[in-house]
Amino acid sequence: MSKQNNTSGRTVIHMEKRNSISRKKAWTIRLTAVLLSLIVCAIVIVAITKQNPLQVYAGIIQGAVGSKRRIWVTVRETVILLVIAVGLVPAFRMRFWNIGAEGQILMGGAASAALMIYLGNKLPLPVALILIIAVSAVAGMLWGIIPAFFKAYFNTNETLFTLMMNYVATQIINFLICIWENPKGSNTVGVINSKTKGGWFPKVFGSEYGLSVLIVLVVTVLITMYMNYSKHGYELAVVGESTETARYAGINVKNVIIRTMCLSGAVCGLAGALIVSGASHTISTSTAGGRGFTAIIVAWMSGSIQIATQFGLNENASDIITGILLFFLIGCEFFVNYKLSVYKEKEA
Amino acid sequence: MAVLITFIQRSIGQGIAILFGATGEILTEKSGNLNLGIPGIMYMGGVAGLLGAFFYENGTANPSPLAGMLISIICCLLCSLLGGLIYTFLTVTLRANQNVVGLALTTFGTGFGNFFGGSISKMAGGVGQISVKTTASAFRAKIPGLSGIPVIGQLLFNYGFLTYLAIILAVVCTYFLKRTRIGLHLVAVGESPATADSAGINVPKYKYTATLVGSMIAGLGGLYFVMEYLGGTWSNNGFGDRGWLAVALVILALWNPSNAIWGSLVFGALYIIYIYIPGLSRAQQELCKMLPYLVTLIVLVITSRRNKPENQPPASLGLSYFREER
Repeated sequence: MSKQNNTSGRTVIHMEKRNSISRKKAWTIRLTAVLLSLIVCAIVIVAITKQNPLQVYAGIIQGAVGSKRRIWVTVRETVILLVIAVGLVPAFRMRFWNIGAEGQILMGGAASAALMIYLGNKLPLPVALILIIAVSAVAGMLWGIIPAFFKAYFNTNETLFTLMMNYVATQIINFLICIWENPKGSNTVGVINSKTKGGWFPKVFGSEYGLSVLIVLVVTVLITMYMNYSKHGYELAVVGESTETARYAGINVKNVIIRTMCLSGAVCGLAGALIVSGASHTISTSTAGGRGFTAIIVAWMSGSIQIATQFGLNENASDIITGILLFFLIGCEFFVNYKLSVYKEKEA
Repeated sequence: MAVLITFIQRSIGQGIAILFGATGEILTEKSGNLNLGIPGIMYMGGVAGLLGAFFYENGTANPSPLAGMLISIICCLLCSLLGGLIYTFLTVTLRANQNVVGLALTTFGTGFGNFFGGSISKMAGGVGQISVKTTASAFRAKIPGLSGIPVIGQLLFNYGFLTYLAIILAVVCTYFLKRTRIGLHLVAVGESPATADSAGINVPKYKYTATLVGSMIAGLGGLYFVMEYLGGTWSNNGFGDRGWLAVALVILALWNPSNAIWGSLVFGALYIIYIYIPGLSRAQQELCKMLPYLVTLIVLVITSRRNKPENQPPASLGLSYFREER
């Protein structure tokens, strides 16, 4: 049941898995972790920039919610991360480590960029938008099916497979950039349809990002229902717990794996459309920008990029801070799941 | 002929950094830890070596190449050790998800490298201005005499000592994993930690040691890139995706460091072959750069299809070990 660490002073650390933890206590632990990480970050900030860390944090908050436009940008970044995380949940619940969200986002983004370039000005906007959303979801789905197929039939390690697929996707984007280059020689695609706004998400709720928010909310609700109230959702949870049990219960494990990754990839592909068609209106290898990697937790940190612009630091400093915050948040889950008690051992 | 020789030389130059990373990652993965933080650790190792050499060369009047070399190696090892410690503490002691920790470590390490690399570039007067030529000269020193022999000397003896160290380390690691008791224990930990545990093997200790040593070896890859390949300077994101190629090379090498030696040559060649194929358009060149990853994917599928146990990833790869869930 437990691991004992016998140190010289006969202090024993007793580690026990918690049977249950009150929601309040769990969040206290998580909050403590965030506070601790902020303190460590503050020390790092002082050490490398000699700035007052409180000012830097105030800057982050200012950057995130300081003006109406910034609030919308923060909301946009948050919902995009949310939709990627939502897309990853079914795969992770199935214990299928889909590290390939980056690639699935890129392929979805490439599909919507292609539609914007070739059809964006020819079709009426509603048709173009429906087409963009559908096709980018299909593109992400295809990128998700490939590793799922090999996992299901050959038991190929999906972590390594999806990881490699990310870099194949990156090179496909580089290839497309060469073809779509605008202006010539810039090695970027530039803003697509900047004059006609063909294929751009229209303004909803008074903001160009309103439609993205709406789509993300709908997708989130749908996936939550799928996970909790459908037979499919139950089956994939069983496969995640134990493939043997699933097989014994008559669940077609291969089908479940492929089906779930279709869904996961499609949602990530959709996220690509939201980024390209709904926000940046261009495509580059940094379209996914690490979002696929840190989707779940980085949602906390949507303002961190602001440190860069406001305090003359480069974005790399915010990477360091993001990293430290992630380490603490990941680490604190241990204390949510386990109880530590330290006591003196009696003389034997 | 001359083109062929430069092509092979350049392929080796590209391959060695990847080889360090792959050897370190194989050692790590053999303990069941899938350390996706290796790319970040390589950045950390590279920049730490550069920082050490930079402050040494600026702080002394007559910097000696040998001392600079030793300082940069020590800094590199310590910093990659730190990266490995973050990873092992979170995954082994706190049992966090290995994928998440690894990716966070790569974000952190890349930011760490670019931030400090960029900062000292600024201190040295601008982008690309930083230079630790004296220290780099020790890393770039070739074997006198032998390197002058036509063809053979040019191909075999024309590199700095880290190149040979990479190959030696790979061979030693193979011997260690296949022929020594500790090595076999390590393999057992990676295959089935519960079995190893009941056989009296200290699982956390093996996981810690293998991952930390693996991180230090990988860090040397970053140092190689900064010192020998770039000649003692820094360019932001210059290391690129080589760290991920190292993770890919582990698969190509079928978790055997000796295979990684020729594998690194193949990857190095595939990485730059687009320069040497005449008449490629830029778009086609980009497709060519996809080759290393495609080759890895094919190998991954073939090995899982053929099901030979010794060519498989370690059975517990990527899973934290919970003793009480045995």
